Amino acid sequence: MTDVDLNALWITLQLATTTVIVLLIVGTPLAWWLAHTRSRVRPIVEALVALPLVLPPTVLGFYFLIVLGPSGPLGQLINLNLAFTFTGLVIASVLYSMPFVIQPLQGAFEAAGRSPLEAAWSLRASKLDAFLTVISPIALRGYISAIVLGFAHTIGEFGVVLMVGGSIPGQTRVLSTTIFEHVEAMEYGQAHAIAAVLLTFSFLVLLAVYVVNRRFPIHVS
Amino acid sequence: MSQLRARFDLPLSTFRLNVDLDVPISGITAIFGPSGSGKTTLLRCLAGLERAPHGFMQFGEEVWQDESLGLCLPLHSRPIGYVFQEPRLFPHYDVRANLLYGYQRIPVNERRIVLEQVVEILGIGHLLNRRIHKLSGGEQQRVAIGRALLTSPKLLLLDEPLASLDIQRKQEVLPFIHRLHEHLHIPVVYVSHGLTEILQLAGRVILLNEGHVIGTGALNEVFTTVSFRGQLGPHRIGAILDARVISHDPPYGLTQLTFKSHSLFVPLQPVAVGQAVRVHIFSNDVSLVLGKMDVPTSILNILEATVVEIRELNQSSVDVVLDIGAPLVASITRKSLMALGLKPGQHLFAHIKAVALNEELMD
Repeated sequence: MTDVDLNALWITLQLATTTVIVLLIVGTPLAWWLAHTRSRVRPIVEALVALPLVLPPTVLGFYFLIVLGPSGPLGQLINLNLAFTFTGLVIASVLYSMPFVIQPLQGAFEAAGRSPLEAAWSLRASKLDAFLTVISPIALRGYISAIVLGFAHTIGEFGVVLMVGGSIPGQTRVLSTTIFEHVEAMEYGQAHAIAAVLLTFSFLVLLAVYVVNRRFPIHVS
Repeated sequence: MSQLRARFDLPLSTFRLNVDLDVPISGITAIFGPSGSGKTTLLRCLAGLERAPHGFMQFGEEVWQDESLGLCLPLHSRPIGYVFQEPRLFPHYDVRANLLYGYQRIPVNERRIVLEQVVEILGIGHLLNRRIHKLSGGEQQRVAIGRALLTSPKLLLLDEPLASLDIQRKQEVLPFIHRLHEHLHIPVVYVSHGLTEILQLAGRVILLNEGHVIGTGALNEVFTTVSFRGQLGPHRIGAILDARVISHDPPYGLTQLTFKSHSLFVPLQPVAVGQAVRVHIFSNDVSLVLGKMDVPTSILNILEATVVEIRELNQSSVDVVLDIGAPLVASITRKSLMALGLKPGQHLFAHIKAVALNEELMD
């Protein structure tokens, strides 16, 4: 691998990690709300969260480019241009990978239900205490799925990062766009190397999740 | 003894829960009524898990809800222990950590009940290091009760804690509930639709039907008050007596009990002499005789009684309320009533054909 390729690997890992952390912070309350609300706007929010699952990444990328670019609202108001920057990539990735984090969390919260929460309240635990000490451990598998899927999906995205980031070496070029650049330049050997790294990594991560889930089952009786 | 005052008005699926309670709470108070009468919702209102829009609730001196002031303490701020129908133990903790979860969350100076006591009363010492999923249903429910007790609550609310258990497991948990009230002096409010449990455990009862309170008071008074008969369905309790074992007669298979000045024979019981037992008598098993008969009778249990009042039941039958030191109701035919010419104040003898111990009354 060349230095540019190694740099792309580093940026990719930074991007995926940042995206997952942001998504856990934003996604936990949102998933909790979706799991427990009786509000009528719930299906609308659910549909919005799920949009990236069905939209072509280029459509999302196109809108991000317009919103985050110099002529978008941020550019107009505070002269902030996030297009072709790492921050812009993080924002785009957060929205693009959101369903992969929200849905496992929402499912885990729904499966846990209100029962353990009420039990914790009856034992003097405040709402935050009950969430941290009872719901989070019960929803642990949901969290593992959310982290792994969010991370892997961010690493695997291509269309959005190409449009929003522009694949600038050392700044916004990630592994998936690097492969594209190599193939464009007919450098098949280097494309092979990175493709093999991504393939192996993805397989090992998924394998680890399945092994952990099987070896250490969480008993919910 | 603390006074419980509570007003809740809350729409349920097919009717409203509409209660206005002002009752003394001591010992074990049962909320009793048919399935779907709003018992659990009432208990959840008392705990603050449901919030009635214009609700009010006061326990002793403490006001926990007063919607006219916008006040409704959340459950975690109320000194309440709550045991749900299902144990709801935390699966990621072992038994000890489950027991100590609430204990660790109350101030040190409020810890009146400690782990050793609870382990002793509930008989769960051998389970402390077990994982939750290795416990039987009865064991789980005992741990759930212990966990609630360890918050040293001022009021313990039990929502049909035996509902998910089979009869054998019920008998495994019931004595513990009885003991915890005796040992720890925490008032208990116990929701159940099982007459057996109520007769075994409760001292006082709140009768609930379709969201309305149809009677409150001491167990034997409420269950022997004729006007509740309709709501109680087929259960026709004539008397509930707290008696004491005075001797056993193994050759005849009998145990002799004493209640006030009366003596009662029941089938031989595996209960030590001197111990208290609660028995009940069905009103159909009571017949009335005006004088002490000179002729021998096969009836063993003959009690001296005074007629208190006569209540209409239906076209053919009446209920005669007697005083034997406690209320005793005899259901007799209208024809017999006429033949005997019964009047309030009259002395007579009640022949009891059967005395049931509560273990025998399984629903």
